Amino acid sequence: MIVADRKPLDEILSFVAGFKRIMVMGCGGCVTVCLSGGAKAAEILAAEIRMSRQKEGNPVETVLVTPERQCEHEYIDAPRKDIESVEAVLSTACGVGVQAMAERYPDRIVLPALNTKFMGYPVRHGFWEERCAGCGDCVLEWTGGLCPIARCAKKLLNGPCGGSHGGKCETSSKDNEIDCVWQLIHDRLARLGRLENLSKVRPPKDWRTSTDAGQRKVRFEEASI
Amino acid sequence: MKSGSRLEKVLAAGGFAVTSELGPPQSSDADSIRKKAVHCLGKVDGVNITDNQTAIVRMSSIAASSIAVSCGLEPVAQMVCRDRNRIAMQSDILGAAALGIKNILLLSGDHQKFGNHPQARNVYDLDSVQLIAMVKGMRDEKKFQSGDPIKDHEPQVFIGAVENPFADPFEFRVRRLAKKAEAGADFIQTQCIFDIEKFEQWMKLVVKEGLHKKVSILAGLTPVRSAKALHYMKNEVAGMSVPDELIKRMEAAKDPKEEGVNICVEMISKVRQIEGVAGIHLMPIGWESIAPVILERAGLLPRPEV
Repeated sequence: MIVADRKPLDEILSFVAGFKRIMVMGCGGCVTVCLSGGAKAAEILAAEIRMSRQKEGNPVETVLVTPERQCEHEYIDAPRKDIESVEAVLSTACGVGVQAMAERYPDRIVLPALNTKFMGYPVRHGFWEERCAGCGDCVLEWTGGLCPIARCAKKLLNGPCGGSHGGKCETSSKDNEIDCVWQLIHDRLARLGRLENLSKVRPPKDWRTSTDAGQRKVRFEEASI
Repeated sequence: MKSGSRLEKVLAAGGFAVTSELGPPQSSDADSIRKKAVHCLGKVDGVNITDNQTAIVRMSSIAASSIAVSCGLEPVAQMVCRDRNRIAMQSDILGAAALGIKNILLLSGDHQKFGNHPQARNVYDLDSVQLIAMVKGMRDEKKFQSGDPIKDHEPQVFIGAVENPFADPFEFRVRRLAKKAEAGADFIQTQCIFDIEKFEQWMKLVVKEGLHKKVSILAGLTPVRSAKALHYMKNEVAGMSVPDELIKRMEAAKDPKEEGVNICVEMISKVRQIEGVAGIHLMPIGWESIAPVILERAGLLPRPEV
């Protein structure tokens, strides 16, 4: 799922400084699961904003709405009346949700309350790690189901580099240990009896399927109307 | 001959090759290259010119190599995958060959985290194995990576690569060397060797696979001036193995500089005994002037006529 993290309150306050009535719009999708932007998180953020502004003697009115998913127009069209009653919408959705709102409401200011981080996996409760970079040409078949594009700091296809040590990446630090994904790939392929996968020289990647060839699109003809 | 470089000729003749290293300045000071070049002139078969090592901005490796050529040296211009995409890399390979650079060393490069611009975006369009294959394709098949032909004046360069026998996973390091040999590396320089036993163990595997016949292995050696330097390498440099006995020996030394030279000379004689080692790569980091002293004492001077 998409994992996001809330921006610092001061930054958010600076975004909404000039407004008297705003909507804090949550999202019932991924950001609810990763605890950063669901109905509850939106409510807490709205309260924090109101309290700060109250303290400053510059109160702000907040309207709360949390559609099922902010990234689909069916869900964000419904609260149109409420949206049009505010000066700005502060979105606690991922970057897709913020942009869906901006696209659907061309006359409304839409502001991001989150930093969208990655497509990730909850390794344990309250802790997520990046797993997929959406490169558009999946290599997991021969890497034992571990992605070097998303998880290697050098995106190597013929890794590991010389900086792999004790199972950790050379970019690790004491307070941020990062596993060397190539060590993990090596170990898993050894376990599966498929180490031969690593003997082949893997050719350069065609990065056109990634973000390098401009905006990417997916079309599913059968579903088009 | 692939390049006709001195290094290639020495190795082809079965000689014990010697390369050294020269770091470009963090400025546009051409004289600093010329001054350092003096220490190497006539003493080594090739001089590595590093490419923004540890991700600290320095004079371009190719520009510095060109200055080294003008001093009569044969540089081994390094190129890392961190800062350029395949377009810039091929362009620079053509440019390097046009400037008379005959040896190129291709590597992944230290992550930008270690340098003075950790905010920078990295490139890694290609990895080091892919870069080796690309340069070999340019030289031997006269083709760009795209498949377009290089109509004439293909870059005739001797292709080097690196391997770190001390990084993990240890058992994979030989397989990775095999990939680099298959991709087209002509010679390999290893990471600094302090742990001679581990290096020997690795070389046994290399010889068992017959890789020493496909690619010339130059053992990387670094003379150190203090126990502190060894501590630093042990604790701060990723993928380094420094035995405690060596640190103790340096700590106990009355004249640590002299002891550092002694250790390096001993190391040279030890690696010469190891089957499959075709030469040494001396990396006297920040202590370039000591290279001729060490080589003289190790009996590696004068260099053979080729």
